[in-house]
Amino acid sequence: MAVGLDLLVQFFPNFASIVLAATGLAIIFGIMGIINLAHGEFIMVGAFSTSLAYNGGIPFLPIDALPGLGRLIGAMLFAALVTALFGLLVERTIISGAIPNWIAERTVGHPVITPLYDRLLDSMVATWGLSLIMVQTFRNVFGNSLSGVPIPFGKLSYGNSSIGLYQVLLAGVAALVLVGLYLLFVRTDYGMRARATIQNESMAQSLGVNTERTYMATFALGSGLAGLTGALYAPLLSIEPGLGAAFLVDAFVAVVVGGSSVVVGTLLSGGLLGIVDTLFSNVYGTFAGRIALLIVAIVLIRFIPEGLSSLVERLRERRLEVD
Amino acid sequence: MLELDGVRAGYDSTPILRNVDLSVEEGEIVGVMGKNGVGKTTLVKTVMGLVEPDQGTVRFDGRDVTDTPPHERARSGMGYIPQGREIFPDLTVEQNLRMGESINEDSSDLLYEDVFDYFPILDERRDQNGGTMSGGQQQMLAIARALVANPDLLLLDEPSEGIQPSIVAQISEDMRAINEDLGTTILFVEQNLSVIRDMADRCYAMERGTIVDELGATDLEDEATIASYLAV
Ligand SMILES: Nc1ncnc2c1ncn2[C@@H]1O[C@H](COP(=O)(O)OP(=O)(O)OP(=O)(O)O)[C@@H](O)[C@H]1O
Ligand SMILES: [Mg+2]
Repeated sequence: MAVGLDLLVQFFPNFASIVLAATGLAIIFGIMGIINLAHGEFIMVGAFSTSLAYNGGIPFLPIDALPGLGRLIGAMLFAALVTALFGLLVERTIISGAIPNWIAERTVGHPVITPLYDRLLDSMVATWGLSLIMVQTFRNVFGNSLSGVPIPFGKLSYGNSSIGLYQVLLAGVAALVLVGLYLLFVRTDYGMRARATIQNESMAQSLGVNTERTYMATFALGSGLAGLTGALYAPLLSIEPGLGAAFLVDAFVAVVVGGSSVVVGTLLSGGLLGIVDTLFSNVYGTFAGRIALLIVAIVLIRFIPEGLSSLVERLRERRLEVD
Repeated sequence: MLELDGVRAGYDSTPILRNVDLSVEEGEIVGVMGKNGVGKTTLVKTVMGLVEPDQGTVRFDGRDVTDTPPHERARSGMGYIPQGREIFPDLTVEQNLRMGESINEDSSDLLYEDVFDYFPILDERRDQNGGTMSGGQQQMLAIARALVANPDLLLLDEPSEGIQPSIVAQISEDMRAINEDLGTTILFVEQNLSVIRDMADRCYAMERGTIVDELGATDLEDEATIASYLAV
């Protein structure tokens, strides 16, 4: 019984870290057909911005003077916003090439960059290069680490053990993020346009959708979510330039296992991989947990290459046939 | 309303359209007929902005739109009904219709009532996914989607393709009614003789990427003339 409870409690932070690591990557992949290998470094931007804002490192913006929990929440929201804006800049320069092309058309007379939309491999190469540049730049500018951010809320005791309440609450935040994204895609005009654009881009354009704007918003949203993840994990991490790598691995595995449907895919892979990670890490140690995660991912990709979310699609189609 | 002047266009380096001159006046229903592969779809896509001409100009509502992207042409009043319908399969009927709402920013009218009058089946199937509808129903949805925001010009690419003959006649009739009731100008391309005869006020004939003839109302009463441009 105590073991069962222990596993259940441990499951929450594992679920949270996989879901929060994956959503930003999943959105950008699902809607734009781009694998952002700098995703971990976007998370790093979020963590660094949180640390700077929390510790009073942002000129003219005294977030560190906010009272109580406001200081942490303010720093986190600031970090998500900064990362979203940074993502917008990356989209306009490297991903869409809009800014370089604007300059090139006025100097050499023709565009020089073809957008990376739906060019999976090219986008991976370009964003991998970006990630290397970002890590080195951060190392040069901020040194090897920044001062940390304290963990709020203290401990939660159960039976003979205890766990940080904050780590458990992160699972709630992850669930909220998924619900929010679901509503965004199903209920809003942006969501409808984004889905139409995935299904048939030229038709969406022919009906008046500025798909370039949709892509811009999507990349900024995905980046903002990566920034939020970095912000939420800032209290749990040492704030150093290499912190993104571990997130990227989790996110990548979760997105490949989950498939192209952002919300359903992330939920299912977060749930399943969370369970696997919890079982193996708790019983055999963290390293075994990692190995088990990879083995499960490889097996799933072998047998369900379209991802877990495709199972749900298939079920739904079968039900329609029965109707 | 629409004027093409010396248009040359194609894909990558293969030119398909050559020296196309064509005009459509407000309120008209104009057809372009031609056999398989003469360039009808390329023509419609050039009007919509999905294919860029490398020579010539496209004017719409008095403005030169040759370099205007498709989403801006839609917003300035073009409603496009592509060959093969291109319904968004995973959006519901209602969401497919809502996607048409950005067409024609100058008109704030949304014509849901008219659209459901013409195509009551769409009202009944509102919550069904577009991809699960039959070919004929998808054609109605594609027309309704392009029509709902009251466009000035409807562009129709082979509305009869892949549809039961009984529904084909119905669609010609609906298009004439739409033109009469709402004053919508229509440009369509076709190779189905009866659709050309029933729908067009006037019709261009296209061969190997260029306009070779223009048929007025009296010419269109003579099926043999129409057939001469469609026969293999
Ligand atoms: N995306 C494309 N890339 C290259 N060539 C194309 C493309 N689309 C069409 N073509 C070629 O352009 C020519 C004209 O095609 P188009 O689709 O305009 O003809 P069409 O008159 O609409 O034919 P159909 O009656 O079959 O619809 C054809 O030879 C076709 O093979
Ligand atoms: Mg065609």
